[in-house]
Amino acid sequence: MRAPMAWLRSLCDPGLEARELSERLSMTGTEVERVLEIGAPSADGFVVGSVLAAEQHPNADRLRVCTVDTGDDEPRTIVCGAPNVAAGQTVAVVLPGAVMPGGTKLGKAKLRGIESAGMILSETEMELGEDSDGIAVLETDAAPGAPLAEVLPVSETVLELEITPNRADCFGLFGIAREVHAVTGAPLAEAPWATDAEASGEDDASDHASVAVQVPELCPRFTARVFADVTIAPSPLWLKARLIAAGQRPINNVVDITNYVMLLTGQPLHAFDLDEVPGGEIIVRAATDGEKMTTLDDVERTLDTDTVVVCDRNGPSGIAGIMGGQISEVSDKTTRVLLEAANWDGFNILRSSGFLGLRSEASTRFEKGIHPDLTMRAQAVASKLLVDLCGARLVPGTIDVDARLPRFEPRELTLRADRVEAILGMPVSVAEMTEYLERLGFGVENGGESGGEGVMRVAVPADRHLDTTREIDLIEEIARVHGIDEHLPATLPDRGESVGGLQRHQALIRRLEDLLRDSGLDEAVTFSFVAPDREGVPGLDEVAPVVVHNPLSEDQSAMRTDLLGGLLAAVGRNLARGAESVALFESGRAYLPERPPSAGGPAAGDFAGVRTAPIAEPHRLAAVVVGPLAPGSWRGQGRDADFYDAKGLLELLAEAMGAPLTLEPAARPFLHPARAAEVSFGGAPAGWIGELHPSVLAAIGARAGVAFEIDVAPLLEAASVGAESFEDVTTFPAVGEDLAVVADADVPSDRIVATVAEAGGELLRSIRVFDVYEGEQVGAGKRSLALHLLFRASDRTLTDSEVAPLRERIVDALGGIGASLRG
Amino acid sequence: MLERIEELRNEARTAIDAAPDAAALEDIRVRYLGRKAELTAILRGIGELPPEQRGPVGKTGNQARVELEGLLGAAKEKLEAAELNARISGESIDVTLPGTPPVRLGHLHPLTRTRREIEDVFVGLGYKVMEGPEVEHDYYNFTALNHPPGHPARMLQDTFYVDPASLGADPELYGTDGAALELPPGPRDVLLRTHTSPMQVRSMEDATPPIFIIVPGRTYRRDSDATHTPMFNQIEGLAVGEDITLADLKGTLLTFARAIFGPDRELRLRPHYFPFTEPSVEVDVSCFRCSGTGVMTVGGSEERCNLCKGTGWLEILGSGMVDPNVFGFVREHGYDPERVQGFAFGMGIERIAMLKHGVPDLRMFFDDDVRMLEQF
Repeated sequence: MRAPMAWLRSLCDPGLEARELSERLSMTGTEVERVLEIGAPSADGFVVGSVLAAEQHPNADRLRVCTVDTGDDEPRTIVCGAPNVAAGQTVAVVLPGAVMPGGTKLGKAKLRGIESAGMILSETEMELGEDSDGIAVLETDAAPGAPLAEVLPVSETVLELEITPNRADCFGLFGIAREVHAVTGAPLAEAPWATDAEASGEDDASDHASVAVQVPELCPRFTARVFADVTIAPSPLWLKARLIAAGQRPINNVVDITNYVMLLTGQPLHAFDLDEVPGGEIIVRAATDGEKMTTLDDVERTLDTDTVVVCDRNGPSGIAGIMGGQISEVSDKTTRVLLEAANWDGFNILRSSGFLGLRSEASTRFEKGIHPDLTMRAQAVASKLLVDLCGARLVPGTIDVDARLPRFEPRELTLRADRVEAILGMPVSVAEMTEYLERLGFGVENGGESGGEGVMRVAVPADRHLDTTREIDLIEEIARVHGIDEHLPATLPDRGESVGGLQRHQALIRRLEDLLRDSGLDEAVTFSFVAPDREGVPGLDEVAPVVVHNPLSEDQSAMRTDLLGGLLAAVGRNLARGAESVALFESGRAYLPERPPSAGGPAAGDFAGVRTAPIAEPHRLAAVVVGPLAPGSWRGQGRDADFYDAKGLLELLAEAMGAPLTLEPAARPFLHPARAAEVSFGGAPAGWIGELHPSVLAAIGARAGVAFEIDVAPLLEAASVGAESFEDVTTFPAVGEDLAVVADADVPSDRIVATVAEAGGELLRSIRVFDVYEGEQVGAGKRSLALHLLFRASDRTLTDSEVAPLRERIVDALGGIGASLRG
Repeated sequence: MLERIEELRNEARTAIDAAPDAAALEDIRVRYLGRKAELTAILRGIGELPPEQRGPVGKTGNQARVELEGLLGAAKEKLEAAELNARISGESIDVTLPGTPPVRLGHLHPLTRTRREIEDVFVGLGYKVMEGPEVEHDYYNFTALNHPPGHPARMLQDTFYVDPASLGADPELYGTDGAALELPPGPRDVLLRTHTSPMQVRSMEDATPPIFIIVPGRTYRRDSDATHTPMFNQIEGLAVGEDITLADLKGTLLTFARAIFGPDRELRLRPHYFPFTEPSVEVDVSCFRCSGTGVMTVGGSEERCNLCKGTGWLEILGSGMVDPNVFGFVREHGYDPERVQGFAFGMGIERIAMLKHGVPDLRMFFDDDVRMLEQF
């Protein structure tokens, strides 16, 4: 919303510069986005001139030599190219030395041999219009030499305001003026609708036109007035100037008046050429499905049944509250005007303008919701202007179809003074509260029916009817006018018994992230939505995703079901930029179209709240490593990370959590078929790990790479960290024993370890694989695992005679799986 | 005899002092303390001396021997140390070459770091950290946050909706019966949450007041340019009790701002409008680059501060007192709007990270360029 300062000052002038006023408005809830300077940088050198004579230039057919009185001792000679310049005109003159709009400084110039001591301005040069053919003739009594700024805004400051959606009243300049009045206390001009135009004639509006509203819920009020003997002409300069300063293009007097009144009151209007409305019949109804009409902007629109149209006998002549049509548009020939000021349902306008992809000044105002009473205000202001500026006769009577919906009945609220301080935490006196509210247009009565000091009855004005419905709305008004920034103390709440902190899973996820970071991985954050083909990674699209109905683009239309796709793409981007090795991890959610778990906490996707989440959102950790994980140095480069490096990362995570980790071979389409495994923690499946498939590597330009992706919840579920209890390991020392176990090479090492563990019993406290050997010494197809065993008892020092039988049992058990001790 | 012992002792002392290396010391040891040495012979022959001489000679002789043994040992140690030093002093290296790191050090994403910093401040203030669903019911994202049906934020151009067919039919969970998305979108629809605020309602359903929580997480809006990405991260805050005021909000956010941006920061609260808070305020923190002056002195001349664009203030978040209508939705969980009150706030983590670290373009956070990540 643009608020030209001069116009605003004519309604309320707090005597503040634009910057000061902007600051005050911004600090009370009306954000000033920008302060624009339009027109000339300064009004100096712009004066009113009187053309005394205009004669043909001796050397140029198209130029005239004018003698112009600009209030100086001698009239000055000005060469002018306009065809319409003539003696007797009052014109706008720029004197040499003045700076024109756009920044050029005007000098004295010789035009075809005659020196011109200034310039007579056209509307274009004054930035008032597009009519550059002729000079602008002023209608003013101002004397020659008077500052032009007294007649026209030569150098105008405009505030560009961000109006919050609850303040439809500030989409009218008088509303902004009221706001200025409220926050500065400067006097507010009488409301422009305080007096109405005089009607004349024996006829009545209903003789000329009729209005039928078929959808009263969507059109709570429709008012219409009729104007006869209208003369269509350009608007006077002052009106044009205000419109332009407010960002509107002048068209003709009638259309300009409708726009001007909308800008002033916030109530949009529409003018019909009544002679183009057959029988003067106006019908307001819902459009039929697929109904078409051409709007003023020359676009054919296809409507639906939720769109409301203003029709004549033959069909739609306008889309209600959004844009008029061409059919009964006001033209140069128009002499009879029907002026519509109607009220439309805000939500319906918002919906329809969204459906049609069409927003206008009118729809912007209606969609916020405005009160039906504003229609008659706008009629009053517009009527006076139409009579004054268009020579129109206001036909007696107003056609007023008012549904009188209960929701617009006048409202009174109760305001408790003590509640104000209780909410705000700062004192405001009853006198101050009363003053603030009254400045804003509220009616305040102290005491009220319920009686008692500090209880007020507050009448809500029509302008604020829709956004002020409760006591808290009044408290907000009081707070902002009183000055939150100025007066509000900074205190801390009494937290009582509440204890803050990270939840266990949050603290542990931080630990897991830190471990990956400290193992050499960089953390990536990739988008939650991906392309439906999941970066072309085979197998990822096997899980059906949650689909976004209205994505910004196709490649952001599916919610990710994995973290791998995004990580691979990120690794690929880095390799393409020349990175030689990339190690990335991500800690975030997958989005699965499944019922969320009812246990496991937020890490599993089990969230607080009565209504279960729509889908499952498990928290995951995933990593992709291309190139070495170990740091390189001048003493040599690390080797490319392989399966066991990736597994080492998982083991690190599992060990930090105190959770048992197991892997079982299992292929995935995107993994190397022989170097891939399913991951479980404490027996619960959690994800996968493996070397990436060569085709996946080729797609991102990598020669080798490993990855894993795990659900965090099973890891945390299996975690024992934090529940450790002390074990005495010093009183009775452990006994160590090394075994070399030979078995078929395809017997998994964890099967051997498990067999040893079971046979060793509770005295066997740990088993570590410290060497693996395959080769001639153990024979083809065989493999030797070297194990270091530690035996310990908690109540005695173990002797050989105790350990020896255990060793026997272990050897026997190994025999059971076809394994033996290396000879 | 005693004089002779003294002579031998002095001779040996001088010899030890002068010995150039271990071999010379060994010669000295053999000469003065060896089996054939004179002192050894004297001590061995004590028994043949007159009784009155035996005591003094034995004592002096033994003292001399002990002393010389000590001197020899010390001299030997000293010589050996000198020889070792002489030997290894040639083993020099270039101490300025890079070391060998035990592991490559990775980096947390700047958004994670910033999020944790913010979390830690509020944890210190007694807040609990909560998380909630990102694919959310309209009810929590809009309806229960006082967005009436038809509210502009619900429009398809602003909010991402989920295609119900992709959810599978589970009417109990989202009430759409697998039917097509409501147009215009309405209370039965499922969407990508547009803010972390839905957790206000979920948390209040979950626990009676007083409640002090913050909620970090991903959020989504249909915007994409240098200052908007369709996915971004927020931190929500909610404090509800019986007497929590707007002044408490100011104090809390001032504490937060000073913890994150420095102890000299000031706050500015500008009234604003949000559907689910009333009164609502936007919060600015005084610019930490120009100390709130809007002006930087660069090489003696004054320039407009380009961080705050010369205003001296940086907008960091939106907040306000929880609207009574929101409490109305959780009234049966212990939140009678006449009895409880409190504040809520929401901030963009990206915004805080950009301000703190001078990141110029929001999109850089999601490009995962390691050259960027490794700066943090």
